[in-house]
Amino acid sequence: MKLSVNIGKLKLKNPVMVASGTFGYAGEFAGFIDINKLGAIVTKTITLKPRPGNPAPRTCETPAGMLNAIGLENPGADAFLKEKLPALNKIGIPVIASIAAETPGELKEIINLLNDAQVNAIELNLSCPNVKSLQSTISGSPLIAQDAQATHNWVRAVRKATRKTIIAKLSPNVADIAEIALAAQRAGADAVSLINTITAMSIDTKTRRPVLANITGGLSGPAVRPVAVRMVWEAYQKIKVPIIGMGGIMDVQSALEFFIAGASAINIGTANFINPRASIEIISGLKQYLKENKIKDINNLIGSLRT
Amino acid sequence: MVSKKKLQFKAKLLYNKREKGSFFRLKILAPAIAASCLPGQFVTLRLTDGCQPLLRRPFSIHRISGSGVEILYELVGRGTQILSQKRPGEYLDIIGPLGNGFNYPLSAIRYPLSILVAGGMGVAPLLFLAERLAYSVERRAHSKGRLYAKRYPLNAFVLIGAKNKNQILCEKEFRKFGCTVKIATDDGSKGYKGKVTQLLQHLLSTIDHRLSTIYGCGPRPMLKEISRICQRRNLAAQLSLEEHMACGIGACLGCAVDTKEGYKTVCKDGPVFDADRIIWEAE
Ligand SMILES: Cc1cc2nc3c(=O)[nH]c(=O)nc-3n(C[C@H](O)[C@H](O)[C@H](O)COP(=O)(O)OP(=O)(O)OC[C@H]3O[C@@H](n4cnc5c(N)ncnc54)[C@H](O)[C@@H]3O)c2cc1C
Ligand SMILES: Cc1cc2nc3c(=O)[nH]c(=O)nc-3n(C[C@H](O)[C@H](O)[C@H](O)COP(=O)(O)O)c2cc1C
Repeated sequence: MKLSVNIGKLKLKNPVMVASGTFGYAGEFAGFIDINKLGAIVTKTITLKPRPGNPAPRTCETPAGMLNAIGLENPGADAFLKEKLPALNKIGIPVIASIAAETPGELKEIINLLNDAQVNAIELNLSCPNVKSLQSTISGSPLIAQDAQATHNWVRAVRKATRKTIIAKLSPNVADIAEIALAAQRAGADAVSLINTITAMSIDTKTRRPVLANITGGLSGPAVRPVAVRMVWEAYQKIKVPIIGMGGIMDVQSALEFFIAGASAINIGTANFINPRASIEIISGLKQYLKENKIKDINNLIGSLRT
Repeated sequence: MVSKKKLQFKAKLLYNKREKGSFFRLKILAPAIAASCLPGQFVTLRLTDGCQPLLRRPFSIHRISGSGVEILYELVGRGTQILSQKRPGEYLDIIGPLGNGFNYPLSAIRYPLSILVAGGMGVAPLLFLAERLAYSVERRAHSKGRLYAKRYPLNAFVLIGAKNKNQILCEKEFRKFGCTVKIATDDGSKGYKGKVTQLLQHLLSTIDHRLSTIYGCGPRPMLKEISRICQRRNLAAQLSLEEHMACGIGACLGCAVDTKEGYKTVCKDGPVFDADRIIWEAE
């Protein structure tokens, strides 16, 4: 039974990774699971300079989901490389650095730093709903990933600057996800990740105030799963590069939906908060499913939707 | 104080009873947590296998008795509603002990006053603290071949504030540990009529409070006021904060509190913070 998959130059022993921003820098989970059983770790998004993040409240629960507006709090690239990466490398599984930048200049600098570092791939976060990027404000839309041309430009810039595997993380806040995924592929992305959170808001009716200090935030968890599955399926029909699927995966059943829709690998996000062992349980659940259904290779399951 | 070990397991519910009004007390069998946890630390409970509510719920460790961990909780929403319907013998998915607890003197015999200030549910972690403070004045001694415990008087005040007398919890238990208890209610139905922080000010102006430590847990405005009072008198205060939490283990950075060292997480860096580090929002 084969669980391994390839994402660009990256070989994963199994297709289950943990999603950016939901696993800290892994240390927080060391007491709960054997982290080296995972396919890979995607770090919290790193920016060139430290970011303090948004004021509280930053999260709130919604039906079968949650909102977050963390505001990309992170210690910056230097501190990441010095203080976080060595411990991540010690785990012994691929480390995918998630990055975001506000200007092309910053992007170049951060890629240069990562080129010399022991990170196995770069996930370009083009879809964080909580920061306003310079580039995209100019083109009139609040996110890079909402604009096919901007997506192309940013991925292209990274492609020119690195030989590492590039994953473009896309936003669901678009009319046509396949169009954006195609733009990322054309610009040289080795894979696309979808979906990031869906922009949403929640109101406290007693005070008539937004629950989040940031007013809007990103919806994640089971509530977004059907949207995510649909987007993976739509993108799968148009692009050739592998898709990393995520959005509300809680257990093996929900994980399977993503593979069948066309994802080559998956990320576990919000589920880590509810059950720190979710990712590990999903790996063993996948093995069992393949065995029970006499599927020799998980790659045979990918995109096997019957319509 | 920190205890680093984190555990996730299914713990058996031993009892789950209404204390009074909308307040409940439960006890779960959790020997590993009971053995290592410290006052001010908390646990998170997963209340359903489904997704309503989705997130785990944080609760302070209220008391340890044998291998059991007690939680005192108020019915405020869907999660606590579900919790209140769990029956003894059922199992709950628990993670703990989490966070950093209070820094209290392990031997308080020579130590000056401790003042514990609780607003509403704030009594929950403070009772555990009072119990440990009571241990700290206990000395084991041998006399004529027999081991016995000698207890020095505990120099601790507990100030409890609530809306009315029906919401005052744990008064007797605090007394049992040797604390001097004072009550404040908004409506004057018991004790002082007014805010518990007014009671605190009153106390501080009538006693020698040099070198005493204030421990506070309760609603944010109360904690802010304690912080102000202590700053004026140059007193150390440790406050247990609450914030909306998602993961409870420091991974999501959701429960941010603004401090002089930048944003910290309530779940991992707290919930107990030194009052003088916190940056309070403007009125
Ligand atoms: C470290 C910590 C220790 C706690 N200890 C105790 C305890 O010992 N006993 C106890 O009764 N409660 C305690 N709480 C609060 C408790 O977690 C909430 O009351 C509970 O999660 C509410 O769940 P619910 O589903 O019933 O209510 P919900 O329907 O989720 O919420 C009801 C109301 O409570 C608010 N709320 C929900 N979660 C929190 C939270 N984490 N912090 C602040 N407000 C919140 C909501 O905004 C809403 O207004 C603690 C919270 C923290 C962060
Ligand atoms: C608290 C929180 C923080 C997140 N931070 C990031 C981030 O820094 N970068 C990023 O690309 N995605 C971030 N995400 C999005 C997740 O990686 C994932 O795309 C999304 O939550 C959907 O998956 P889920 O429903 O399984 O959580 C965050 C999500 C949550 C809930």
